[in-house]
Amino acid sequence: MIRAHVLICGGTGCTSSGSQDIQKAFRENIEACGLAEEVKVVQTGCFGLCALGPVVIVYPDGTFYSRVTSDDVKEIVEEHLLKGRIVERLVYSDTGSEKVKEEIGNVALNDTVFYKSQNRVVLRNCGVINPENIDEYIAMDGYAALGKVLTEMTPEDVIKVVTDSGLRGRGGGGFPTGRKWALTAPNKADQKYVVCNADEGDPGAFMDRSVLEGDPHCLVEAMAIAGYAIGATEGYVYVRAEYPIAVKRLQKAIDDAREYGLLGKDIFSSGFDFDLHIRLGAGAFVCGEETALMTSIEGNRGEPRPRPPYPAVKGLYGKPTVENNVETFANIPQIILRGADWFASMGTERSKGTKVFALGGNINNTGLVEIPMGTTLRHIIEDIGGGIPNGKKFKAAQTGGPSGGCIPASLIDTEVDYDNLTAIGCMMGSGGLIVMDEDSCMVDMAKFFLEFTVDESCGKCTPCRVGTKRLLEILDKITKGNGTIEDIDRLEQLCNYIKQNSLCGLGQTAPNPVLATLKFFRDEYVAHVVDKTCPAGVCKDLVAYSIDADKCKGCTKCARNCPVGAISGAIKNPHTIDQNVCIKCGACVENCPFGAIYKK
Amino acid sequence: MKSLAELQAIKEKMKNKVVLREGTGDYRVVVGMATCGIAAGARPVLNTLVEEVNNSGLADKITVSQTGCIGICQYEPVVEVFEAGKEKVTYVKMDADKAKRVVEEHLKGGKVVAEYTISAQKV
Repeated sequence: MIRAHVLICGGTGCTSSGSQDIQKAFRENIEACGLAEEVKVVQTGCFGLCALGPVVIVYPDGTFYSRVTSDDVKEIVEEHLLKGRIVERLVYSDTGSEKVKEEIGNVALNDTVFYKSQNRVVLRNCGVINPENIDEYIAMDGYAALGKVLTEMTPEDVIKVVTDSGLRGRGGGGFPTGRKWALTAPNKADQKYVVCNADEGDPGAFMDRSVLEGDPHCLVEAMAIAGYAIGATEGYVYVRAEYPIAVKRLQKAIDDAREYGLLGKDIFSSGFDFDLHIRLGAGAFVCGEETALMTSIEGNRGEPRPRPPYPAVKGLYGKPTVENNVETFANIPQIILRGADWFASMGTERSKGTKVFALGGNINNTGLVEIPMGTTLRHIIEDIGGGIPNGKKFKAAQTGGPSGGCIPASLIDTEVDYDNLTAIGCMMGSGGLIVMDEDSCMVDMAKFFLEFTVDESCGKCTPCRVGTKRLLEILDKITKGNGTIEDIDRLEQLCNYIKQNSLCGLGQTAPNPVLATLKFFRDEYVAHVVDKTCPAGVCKDLVAYSIDADKCKGCTKCARNCPVGAISGAIKNPHTIDQNVCIKCGACVENCPFGAIYKK
Repeated sequence: MKSLAELQAIKEKMKNKVVLREGTGDYRVVVGMATCGIAAGARPVLNTLVEEVNNSGLADKITVSQTGCIGICQYEPVVEVFEAGKEKVTYVKMDADKAKRVVEEHLKGGKVVAEYTISAQKV
């Protein structure tokens, strides 16, 4: 009889830090201790705390081990699983869980601030069930929503529930999902399609991947529900080829669902047929745009086309099509089972439910968090995210990837939802949240995203193809110290021109990182062009390293570590840096034992 | 899948297997499993508890777990039963048969098996 479960994260993050070896080590050690009949090893999807991976959770206690290595496994098996003694040194705890630790002596996963502050709807099964086992999904109420829809509800009922719930598209645009379905349903055609956009391309965002890897049946179920609601019998999931684990698990989920008759003909004897197919994307960012995505599924070059006609009228293969993002779909089964009112009770007035954010950048708890809409940025960063490492100050958070803007430290109490972010010139985007500390240069950040959009522009329309390239050139000029004050105005003009004249969302949003940083950090741009300095000390052409003659003891360590031989000086005498030779790599600063080298 | 009943059947069958991961329940039963406990025979006690709880369909109400040395090695195997709002009950010198009776009378019936508790030993 099984008395304990060992859950090991098999998401991409933990897999790359060795969770497959850990899984193997657990099976071997459990076997060696004669516990194979008592302890079960389960591979799950992402737990969310990727920074601390590989992650292992032992139930029934809920003990949460982080940064486990293969060498630790023997100890966990012999101590915890055999003798019941928790291996304290590997247990994750954060400030808030210290009290729990004192009282109970064991910090369970659910006691940590990181988890307690979350409200997991989309990610409810991620890290809890084995994604490759359809029975475990069914045990967690899986396919019950599809059953309910097909046996008790009309397509109109389904659309009404989704509309009433207030769910809006999680891919970034925030279009009401119910309205999208309602616009597609009445259009008559011999075939209609449901398409899932799993072409997650924003740098730093990985919530869709985590759902596909951790709970793929949820997507299968939701797409079948959408098919019933709009009268479609075929669905396509467009997923990046760079997500091999996600693709494999989704394919297994589709195969298993077919075998159980949850996809295919006459599902639940209702007369409703639905089947799903996977299409792999080659990784072009523009294919995340809905019309380009459908063009790509059709086998053509992934380029957007003008709208209207909208996909609701003329979408995939020219037929009426509903296209939603993975996270949007992942909300659907719960909305059906628990009702529109339940969903609408979470969030703010016009943004209902929860949102998954991928925390990254200068933050302690890099990973995935799901929180109700309207949570303040401060709570996300300081509490759930565990704050900024090394005691640095928070400067800004970048949301929405290359299409988004930034929230400066002065607006840290902003309640994060669609409308509040739009109001400050930012955008929800797919939920990438990159935290930047005081050492980040905002001009450099804007340049980074522009480099990305210049690369990813499909080239079909001129404003995007040429405009973004020109934007990048101006930014490059500014960061090299050759900019003029007029350049800042030209930058702004060009941004607005590209926004208004580009064909698709990629071009229309590409200038956002520049516009947002200009709005909140104009003084930094001015410092670059007028004072020719980079306040954060990032832009190499604008910083100079110098040695403080009073602090320098002449130990020669900097000179020995300089890769280009720019530092000279006699032993026990202050050294100097030759600015013409220096490549500003910073190696001298890292190596100076006396803190005598500074940059300005 | 032709009917909701089929789906429900799979769910029922699987529920016991995943309920362990929810970690909630009215009772928390902890078995001392340090070297002293294992030597005294805690393993069959733990396995019997898990088995009986599962067989009686109470897995969602009762969590069976293990802990290290409680410090009363002469009384091992030791089983502690925690119930919200009530004082902990400590059973000592347990074996598989006694464990069955504890599940039957205490966990199912709500009546403490007084003769196995540590207070009975002291008398």
